[in-house]
Amino acid sequence: MSETAPPAKKLTKKELKADHPTWCPACGDFAVLASFFNVVGNLGIPHEKIVCVAGIGCSSRFPYFVNAHGIHFIHGRALPLATGISLSRPDLHVFVFGGDGDGYSIGGNHLTHAARKNINLSYVIMDNFVYGLTKNQTSPTTPIGRRSKTDPRGAIDRPINPMAQLVSSGATFIARTHAAQVKHMNEMFERAILHPGFAVVETLSECTMFYPGAFDAGNPRKGGTFDLVDESSRDMESTAAAMELAEEEFPGKFGVFYETKRPTKNELEWAWIEDARSKTPDLSERDLMRKRFAGMR
Amino acid sequence: MSQASASAPQALRNAVIRLAGHSQDGIQSIGAFLAQLAGSTAQDVMTYMTIPSTISGGPSIFQVHLGSGKVLHPGDEADTLVAFYQDSYDNHLHSLRDGGICFYDSDHVTELKEERDIIHIGIPFTSASIEAIGGSAKDRGKNIFVLGTLCAVYKLDREKLVQIISRKFGKKSEDVLRNALLAFDAGFAWQVHDINHMPFAPGENEEQNRISTDGNTMLTLGLIAGGCRYGAGYPITPWSSIMETLRSELPKYGGMFIQAEDELAAVALAIGASYSGHLAITGSSGPGLSLKSEAIGYATMAELPLVVVNIQRGGPSTGMPTSVEQSDLMQAIYGSHGDSPRVVLAPRDVEDCFYTAIEACRIAREYSTPVIILSDQAIATRIEAFPEPDLEKHWIEPMLDLSTCPADCKPYPLDAITRHAPPGCPSPDGRYPVVTGLEHDEWGHPSGNPVMHEKMTAKRREKLVKLANSLPAPDFFGDEQGDLLFVGWGSTFGPIKEATERLQDAGHRVGSLHLRHIHPLRNGLADIFHRYTHVLVPEMNDCGIYGFGQLASLLRSVTCNPNIQSLNKVQGLTFRVKEIEDAALQLLR
Ligand SMILES: Cc1ncc(C[n+]2csc(CCOP(=O)(O)OP(=O)(O)O)c2C)c(N)n1
Ligand code: SF4
Repeated sequence: MSETAPPAKKLTKKELKADHPTWCPACGDFAVLASFFNVVGNLGIPHEKIVCVAGIGCSSRFPYFVNAHGIHFIHGRALPLATGISLSRPDLHVFVFGGDGDGYSIGGNHLTHAARKNINLSYVIMDNFVYGLTKNQTSPTTPIGRRSKTDPRGAIDRPINPMAQLVSSGATFIARTHAAQVKHMNEMFERAILHPGFAVVETLSECTMFYPGAFDAGNPRKGGTFDLVDESSRDMESTAAAMELAEEEFPGKFGVFYETKRPTKNELEWAWIEDARSKTPDLSERDLMRKRFAGMR
Repeated sequence: MSQASASAPQALRNAVIRLAGHSQDGIQSIGAFLAQLAGSTAQDVMTYMTIPSTISGGPSIFQVHLGSGKVLHPGDEADTLVAFYQDSYDNHLHSLRDGGICFYDSDHVTELKEERDIIHIGIPFTSASIEAIGGSAKDRGKNIFVLGTLCAVYKLDREKLVQIISRKFGKKSEDVLRNALLAFDAGFAWQVHDINHMPFAPGENEEQNRISTDGNTMLTLGLIAGGCRYGAGYPITPWSSIMETLRSELPKYGGMFIQAEDELAAVALAIGASYSGHLAITGSSGPGLSLKSEAIGYATMAELPLVVVNIQRGGPSTGMPTSVEQSDLMQAIYGSHGDSPRVVLAPRDVEDCFYTAIEACRIAREYSTPVIILSDQAIATRIEAFPEPDLEKHWIEPMLDLSTCPADCKPYPLDAITRHAPPGCPSPDGRYPVVTGLEHDEWGHPSGNPVMHEKMTAKRREKLVKLANSLPAPDFFGDEQGDLLFVGWGSTFGPIKEATERLQDAGHRVGSLHLRHIHPLRNGLADIFHRYTHVLVPEMNDCGIYGFGQLASLLRSVTCNPNIQSLNKVQGLTFRVKEIEDAALQLLR
């Protein structure tokens, strides 16, 4: 997804690994981290060009566990922060990590706008259907009837449908995976990273502490089903078809729901800069301002 | 400053012209042309305008204070009033001094027979300009017609004025320009009886290359000259014109400015660009600053450079969006959670907007910290003339330094100011830093250690103490000790200075201190305050529950000086010189 061709040197897990994660034992996020090491290492992205960005939540601790440039920001605002990085530094590979609370609730508005602007970055949402870090409150994806500390009688608000929201917002790569399906998760991450533009992977990642078993229905080892999107028979650029997938009953299908190419905001903004600069090639920046002053005399 | 009637014409040193009409009548452009002319004829100028908060229509004024010497304020009373409608006439006649002249549009205004000594001159602006242009152009040219009349009455430099008009309208189309010049000539030729023409004494501001413009424009150019190339914002009056200008200007300088979905996204985006190794800017007006506060606290904690502009307006809440106030001071200094010190600077006039912006950029970078620029609606929108800045002296190159991170990189050393290695910097030992808003140790690892939190809090505070130690003496004028000291900040500079001069002329021993660095304050203010019997702080905010305005409260808490008094005004209007003078005289009685 970077605009410069990456050299081939691969990074080992040892090189990419930082501190031991502070997550609870068996938290789904461990698998996501392992998958990230695997995929990013294999793609041969220069180590110093990797940037990990996150907001606040258990999952948002991700940047501390990766040995790469990283920034841990405030709750819900990882996407606009990453937008600032991505737009101003097209040489970087920008990764954003976060939870369902961070991304769909407090930061919900930013998701829509990063998607419609088609910011060039990869966003992994570790959706656990619950607020983990703040210890078991209802999240925007919590199913109706599920009890939490803030819904002691069971959730009553209709959960959002993130896949449908992403389709309607204009994201150019939208995939869904399950942290218990390592191979599939690897594939989704790799495709997201290689996609030029706004790429989101909604990753079901179990909170073993507060919502164990939330995704068993999508896990064959727990008696569920893991049905894949059949890409060969689909128009991957059809939003209507993507919407149909998004509307399926849980656990629905896994895979890429939608994929298209549209100019990124990065490209469009930089094209403007190139154009603006080419109009006065012989003027230094100071001369440009002097010219402006001359108009005020 | 005699203007009127029978006596021989006498050269004017000052004149205050108030144009009263509706916002779509182009009174702003008459004012802007006059201001630009003043700058190019070595005159000084300061303008003042009110904008209705409705989009089209609505009463509006534009006041121009022209002077041969230094002009410090937009003028208490008008010497000349131009009234376009009955309501503008009725509502603004009182602003005219005794002996002043009122030009009114006799197509719309019925003259009031009043007792006061005012010279009334009715001119059919509307029909005369329609006739001049040829009937088809409705009344679009009447503002330029009026400009022509003013040019004749005040014996302004006609040739230069025509040049300025041509430059402005020439860009549009030949038709527009031709109509403008026809209207101008008709206004110029209109026979104004009963008064002598009033030429100005030659301008005394002979510096080469004087320019005239408004505060938001100079603030914007200052940000660019200070090395800002990236930023984001969300529209709000009166901040919007800065983002609009940055959006179209920055690409020419290789940068970009993004319209974000809200203020929270805007500040986040700017912090992202700063983290990437650029110096970034965001900005807003009051309510938007509130929305940005969480992220500004983050920038303090994460020690990232960030420039935040706040163009204050009447508050609280959506308040009086097109009026002036200085009531965001406390919000700027303290408006976040936790102990999150940041730098706050306030420009004193249009010219100073440029230099304050550059200084904000320099400090943000040097101290890796957020810097808030507190401007206000009055400076943002008014026009002044001043010498063109010397860019050789003041330009700061933008800098993206991607040199190798030091081995065992410590992003947050306790004994030095943080210099982040932006992404893209390779690392010799293969270890990379994480920038964080969690309390952390020197390596940026989250740390809940009580002693570490205390040390890091002190580190963030000490940066500002270091800055305070390096600050230059604030602007000072008047008597070095005596009866009364004014302390001001921001756009009240001019009226306070003129009040000081008037009080000194009347035999009082008065001094005046104007603060650009509001937080931290420069050391040694307490000693200065002690040299005066009274210290008076005029500011455009409320006296609050304890009887002191926002800066006055801060100064009292810093200096423990019980002689500090407040003079507050919250009418959405700037101070008149007389109001400040009278308040001082009350204390001096
Ligand atoms: C402005 C603000 N509001 C609330 C919080 C408290 N908070 C921290 S994390 C979180 C929710 C985290 O949930 P999610 O994003 O789903 O992440 P998870 O911990 O489940 O991975 C909340 C509400 C905060 N840090 N900042
Ligand atoms: S609380 Fe849940 S989401 Fe957070 S670390 Fe523990 S298992 Fe993972």
